[in-house]
Amino acid sequence: MNAQPREVSANTSALTNGSGAAAILAAGMGSFALAILAVAADRSATVKSVLIFYKPTGPLSGVTTVAILIWLAIWTIMDFRWRKKTIALTKTNRIAFVLMILSFLLTFPPIEDLF
Amino acid sequence: MEITARALWTMIHGMGFGALYLLACSGALVELYRFTSSSPASPSTPAPTSAQVRFLKVYLVAMVVLAWTAVLTGAYVIYPWYRAAVPPGTVDLSEFPQHLLMSSPSTIGWHSLGMEWKEHVAWFAPISISMAAFVFIRYGRDLGNHKQLRSAVLGFVAASFLAAGIAGFFGAMIDKYAPVQGGQTIQLMHGDKQ
Repeated sequence: MNAQPREVSANTSALTNGSGAAAILAAGMGSFALAILAVAADRSATVKSVLIFYKPTGPLSGVTTVAILIWLAIWTIMDFRWRKKTIALTKTNRIAFVLMILSFLLTFPPIEDLF
Repeated sequence: MEITARALWTMIHGMGFGALYLLACSGALVELYRFTSSSPASPSTPAPTSAQVRFLKVYLVAMVVLAWTAVLTGAYVIYPWYRAAVPPGTVDLSEFPQHLLMSSPSTIGWHSLGMEWKEHVAWFAPISISMAAFVFIRYGRDLGNHKQLRSAVLGFVAASFLAAGIAGFFGAMIDKYAPVQGGQTIQLMHGDKQ
């Protein structure tokens, strides 16, 4: 990602946008991770059985738990790296929204079944 | 007036956490837009007070709690009842909603499309609103100075609204065609005798 540390003018904002950018991109990536895991569990019997963390809930328990862990890990790492930086948000936002749209589409069963 | 324990949990999940979250979403969208687009220089859009900012922070945290409680009760309390395996020889499928839906070509879509989408798409709501709450708590009024951050937060709250709306719609329809039933019967109140 294109991180461009800059001086922040006192009369515009007291905070850099890095922390917010990290949260936004991590949300998109976490949602996309959930969608990918859902497709993988649907397509592969091995992945499906590995992702059964709680039998009554089935593979949904593993899909969501792993996705949440991925989301939180990405968020923590990116926040640590970006919190004092000013990030090119146009690109970050675009990636986050594309990932979120893809997540909606990939979890939609007629599209999920194409894989 | 009676209700089964499973039906009560379904009601708490859907009408309590889910519907309340959907209602809160529209308020959050309006308030976030109003707060972050106001300008101290403009008398028509005065800057929010500290108390108003604090209220919106509490409001967003409440939404985060609602969203996570809705998906967690859905996945770990109700979904196991919904997808429970049918014991051999069972004829009455009324306590096995997934199998009841799949037993008829006119209702199978509510499972194969509705539940299959709902069980995953619902999780985008707590992820998105957690991000929005974090960003608002971190930036507060300063979010007004970060136009692109503000746009992203509003966009993700809208995505969260959409995810919760899809999950809520299919949840309501599935419960209409194959309600989650069973468990202990709870007597809510006694009606008048005819």
